[in-house]
Amino acid sequence: MTNVLELRDVHRTHGSGETAVHALRGVSLHVVPGELVAVMGPSGSGKSTLLNLAGGLDRPAKGEVAVEGQVLGALPRRRLAEVRRRAIGYVFQSFNLLPSLTAVENVALPLELDGVSVRTSRREALRSLADLGLTHLADRFPDEMSGGQQQRVAIARALVGPRRLVLADEPTGALDSETGEAVLRVLRARVDAGAAGILVTHEARHAAWADRVVFLRDGVVVDMSERLAQPEDLLVRPEATA
Amino acid sequence: MSIKFGLLALLERGTMYGYQLRVAFEESTGGTWPLNIGQVYTTLSRLERDGQVRPLPESEAGQRPYEITDAGRAELTLWFATPISRADRPRDELAIKLALALTTPGVDVRSVVQTQRTATMRTLQEYTRLKARSDAPADLPWRLVLDAMLFQAEAEVRWLDHCEASLVRHRPEPPSATAQPETAPSEQEARR
Repeated sequence: MTNVLELRDVHRTHGSGETAVHALRGVSLHVVPGELVAVMGPSGSGKSTLLNLAGGLDRPAKGEVAVEGQVLGALPRRRLAEVRRRAIGYVFQSFNLLPSLTAVENVALPLELDGVSVRTSRREALRSLADLGLTHLADRFPDEMSGGQQQRVAIARALVGPRRLVLADEPTGALDSETGEAVLRVLRARVDAGAAGILVTHEARHAAWADRVVFLRDGVVVDMSERLAQPEDLLVRPEATA
Repeated sequence: MSIKFGLLALLERGTMYGYQLRVAFEESTGGTWPLNIGQVYTTLSRLERDGQVRPLPESEAGQRPYEITDAGRAELTLWFATPISRADRPRDELAIKLALALTTPGVDVRSVVQTQRTATMRTLQEYTRLKARSDAPADLPWRLVLDAMLFQAEAEVRWLDHCEASLVRHRPEPPSATAQPETAPSEQEARR
């Protein structure tokens, strides 16, 4: 299976000389379609740097980042911007919907900015909303939606059109536990339908929606948890006592 | 928790015979607590002895239903009203293991923490996968049981994160393995 995202021995240093901070030191990671990878780690472990590199917002000092097989560092600026627009969707903690646009207009916006006709953009946006069961919200403005609804619309926007890679930075941070879970269900369903995702979170219960959990510490991957084959085997069976 | 309260709660719904109780008990715990029929009958006979349930006449098929008594209902109400004491739970082996790792020479505590965190994370992932499959309203009791396990596992991960952060800040010196034999006992004396 082709990797939607691949990081190969990526290094990134902020600053130089004695005050240099080695944010990432030789991180390798790949994400295939249908896979959600969570990244966990303490503050300063390199989570945000990893996400910025994966999204083409930052360049590695050493190593390569490839999205849909294209090495981002090798692309001219204009082409890189194109890949960012067409291949990658972002979800942030603070929804980031434009307040003067309805849900469907927000979702259609990335396509319109990319030169797709208004009519086609709207059709794609409605499809993306429908995929997430959000058709009823299409004509609502952000201030007419709850936080959880806005975040689900943001996921619809992140994966509108041909985009298959979603990068989510603490997407449930501003939501209560039950609503956060509803958002993760949506993200999970979208990934199961063929997208690929990276979820940065500090909450283990949220990271648990991922297929793999990568633990970062001091810019290095210290461990990785993967799914077992038989979940039922794990259920606790306490000794019953009368 | 004992089976006793589980059976009392089920009988509060209506009369049931042993096999029905067993099935209903397993359903309401999402299959995480399997019972054998012997445990059900042993518990029923104790409850009967204590006047908390009463056997009814056998049906034509030879099944004897039981009903809850007022005494049983009072016992059940008290159980629901009383919080579970943490002291009733077994000692936390993990906490003890980390405390020992910290003071045992040659043990990399951070890797003990990470090994445990990965294992707990994997458990969380599996619970979450089971939860993702159960979305129907009828699955709510089962989801609550799963949530309890999820939140406990999450608490463990948060505690491990906290341990790791504390380790970075104040790593205590491991006790010297080559302490002078004559001073060691007196130090211990002083601590007492």
